[in-house]
Amino acid sequence: MVESNDQIILMKGIHKNFPGVQALEDVDFALRKGEIHALVGENGAGKSTLIKILTGVERQDKGTITFEDKELLIKSPQHAQSLGISTVYQEINLCPQLTVAENILIGREPMKWGNVDWKKMNSRARQILEGLDLKIDVAQPLGSYSVAIQQMAAIARALEISSAKVLILDEPTSSLDTHETEQLFSVIRKLKNEGMAIVFITHFINQVYEVADRITVLRNGKLVGTYDTAGLPRLELISKMIGRSLTEYEDMSKVKSDVSKHIRGDALLQTKALGRLGAIEPFDLVLHAGEVVGLAGLLGSGRTEIANLLFGIDKPDTGSMVYEGHAVKQFSPLASINRGIGLCPEDRKAFGIVDDLTIRENIILAIQARRGWFKHLNLKEQYELAERFIKLLNIITPSPDQPVKNLSGGNQQKVILARWLATNPQVLILDEPTRGIDVGAKAEIQKLVLSLAEEGKACMFVSSELEEVLRTSHRIVVMRDREKVSEFGGDVDGRKIMQTIAGSES
Amino acid sequence: MKTLKSTQTGRKIVESKLFFPFVALALILLLDFIFIPGFFKIETRAGNLYGSLIDILRNGSYVMLLAIGMTLVIATGGVDLSVGAVMAIAASVAAIMINPTIIGVKLPPDVMKLVFDPNFTYSPLWEVILVTLVVSMVCGLWNGILVAYGNIQPMVATLILMIAGRGIAQLITHSLRIQIFYAPYAFIGKGWVILPFSLYIVAFVYAIAWLLTRKTSIGLFIESVGINFRASFYSGIDEKKVKLLAYIFCGLCAGIAGLVASSNIQTSDANQIGLNYELDAILAVVIGGTALGLGGRFSLLASIIGALVMQATTTSMYAIGVPASAVIAVKALVVIFVILLYSKQVQSFVRKIIGQKGA
Repeated sequence: MVESNDQIILMKGIHKNFPGVQALEDVDFALRKGEIHALVGENGAGKSTLIKILTGVERQDKGTITFEDKELLIKSPQHAQSLGISTVYQEINLCPQLTVAENILIGREPMKWGNVDWKKMNSRARQILEGLDLKIDVAQPLGSYSVAIQQMAAIARALEISSAKVLILDEPTSSLDTHETEQLFSVIRKLKNEGMAIVFITHFINQVYEVADRITVLRNGKLVGTYDTAGLPRLELISKMIGRSLTEYEDMSKVKSDVSKHIRGDALLQTKALGRLGAIEPFDLVLHAGEVVGLAGLLGSGRTEIANLLFGIDKPDTGSMVYEGHAVKQFSPLASINRGIGLCPEDRKAFGIVDDLTIRENIILAIQARRGWFKHLNLKEQYELAERFIKLLNIITPSPDQPVKNLSGGNQQKVILARWLATNPQVLILDEPTRGIDVGAKAEIQKLVLSLAEEGKACMFVSSELEEVLRTSHRIVVMRDREKVSEFGGDVDGRKIMQTIAGSES
Repeated sequence: MKTLKSTQTGRKIVESKLFFPFVALALILLLDFIFIPGFFKIETRAGNLYGSLIDILRNGSYVMLLAIGMTLVIATGGVDLSVGAVMAIAASVAAIMINPTIIGVKLPPDVMKLVFDPNFTYSPLWEVILVTLVVSMVCGLWNGILVAYGNIQPMVATLILMIAGRGIAQLITHSLRIQIFYAPYAFIGKGWVILPFSLYIVAFVYAIAWLLTRKTSIGLFIESVGINFRASFYSGIDEKKVKLLAYIFCGLCAGIAGLVASSNIQTSDANQIGLNYELDAILAVVIGGTALGLGGRFSLLASIIGALVMQATTTSMYAIGVPASAVIAVKALVVIFVILLYSKQVQSFVRKIIGQKGA
């Protein structure tokens, strides 16, 4: 066994600001030799920013990094590599057409009289892979092997480049099956026993408990804590990831229980065994006028898949959907907008804002799409709409003619909300509407959702923050592993939901 | 306070899409003014205006027409390499309809005498124009389907018609150059009503394009699709239809340019009409500040100025006596100069200078 205080990296008080977002705030992170250290947290928690700082891609605004007892600044990815910090990214960035050996040794091929010494290259590659207990034909194209083997070739390459002391694995198992994951784990356990310090980023809780010695939890850019895996029950880990302690949930649920009287009217939208192969198992769901239905679950549990299916981004391949008593036949965003459904997508940058357009143009986009090409809103109507929503949602900007890219994350999110409110939807689906925005804007959006329900609209509120779901929802649907696993009334206590999210084993 | 205001207006002018194309055009004309005596002289003959400046406008009409359509395509994030070939197809269709002797359609017995008559046409002019434009729009439709619904890269998708188009044009005319003697048709490209008639066509097409993009939602949708097609789709915009429309309109513009070109030289020359014009059109749009490959914000007027920059360069070179083969090289220099003006570094440098003047 390696001594436990054999520290190789110590990051202290790390701050990182991106325009409009505090990505990291006073985060500490310590890594020991010979340990597998899991880094967990929901999207936007700051995992990737922390790793980027550690690998020299970004620089911290404040805070220190101590590497092998020397305080230093990691200037660039090359610098990180020369120190012995190697990273294997989620997407394998190797060349599938080249052989395994070429992939591992590319750029550092052994030479003989000006030519590549193939014999030596293959034997060197074989030797490296044997170090990982992997015996394959290294002269075959990499693409002919399974993703797990490719992943291991990527690890071999990372080890070869820099005589690595620290290995960072960013979601290495996301595309592996159980057997392949096992294979990968045996390799990283072996490396660990040889004294390598390994950072393992994942959102699979089971895997954390399978391999990790310690766990560091981040949430909203802040450090929640570092724990020994053995001393942290699953349920507690999840509560740390999602936020707030168990007792606090119990208190809050009591306050919330009488909110659920708003529900009135019939089902606006109802699905029967609606599903899509490979995305979401068939589910039944009802949305009534005047209620907020929360969708809780971890990242990748199928929350976004439900939202996309209801709004027609993806087309279902089984089941049926009924909207206001009529069977829905056409699934497309435009058909949904015509029906009266709106969706604030999860990834604001990729699917939400059109960054070079002005605030005004972004706000009128959906209503104009519904009106069609030739029923053009004239400028006066456009400004009226834009100004009304800038005021209503308290969007902070000098003018509606600002490009939306100049706004902070929270204000951009409000612009997208305004885009949908302008269409006066009956059903509004909000997928992570408060991610990466400041606390004030968060509270405003939560309040807005409740007031929309009071006006008689149906809202679906998707969030990885359980606290938020509990506070705003009249009914809560729990997702796990791309499946709807349970549904609770708004007065359920947080512990129960967390148990459901974590699965029956805890 | 006053200086602050003047700095702001200065900045506004610099940030406008029209600024750099205008600067480029002004520089070229300034050089002409200095080095070519009589370049700015405009004569009146029978009430019509003639001169080097008028020549620039007249010879620039093809590129201006192409640039209008190309602007919309590039704004969606695409490009259309086939416009030159579509010009050739349009010219062939028009020529064969006016003078179908080659394909042996049933004709009056004295047809061989008739075709030389400036008043003879086999199909009425409106029919010629209508069919030609419909064929051009079908060409655009083909490109649009490949790009929008086939998900083929615009450069590759339109390359198909760029190569095949001239072959199609040859097929239509049986690989022959068909002469056109019909006078009303010749008026399209050669006529003069104070100004060259082709300029009125450019103005008309420009007006249509402006109304279509600025008085309907199409312009907004094109920009939105170009900037972020996923977000546009999530907002309910049928991004495929928007792209399709842009390519069809671009085909239409190429067809009109083909009519003007064939009318001007009074022949259908499938090998020469529109040759290399796709490059001039694309460069005109790029000079006009619409980002090639990225799409997004566009300005039709800036593209028109861009087209004039290209044409003014060519005309000036000929006026100085540069041989035709070298003109392309000089054009390349102009393009490099304008592209440099668009680079962020140079722009911030220019802004610094203007800011200093203001302060």
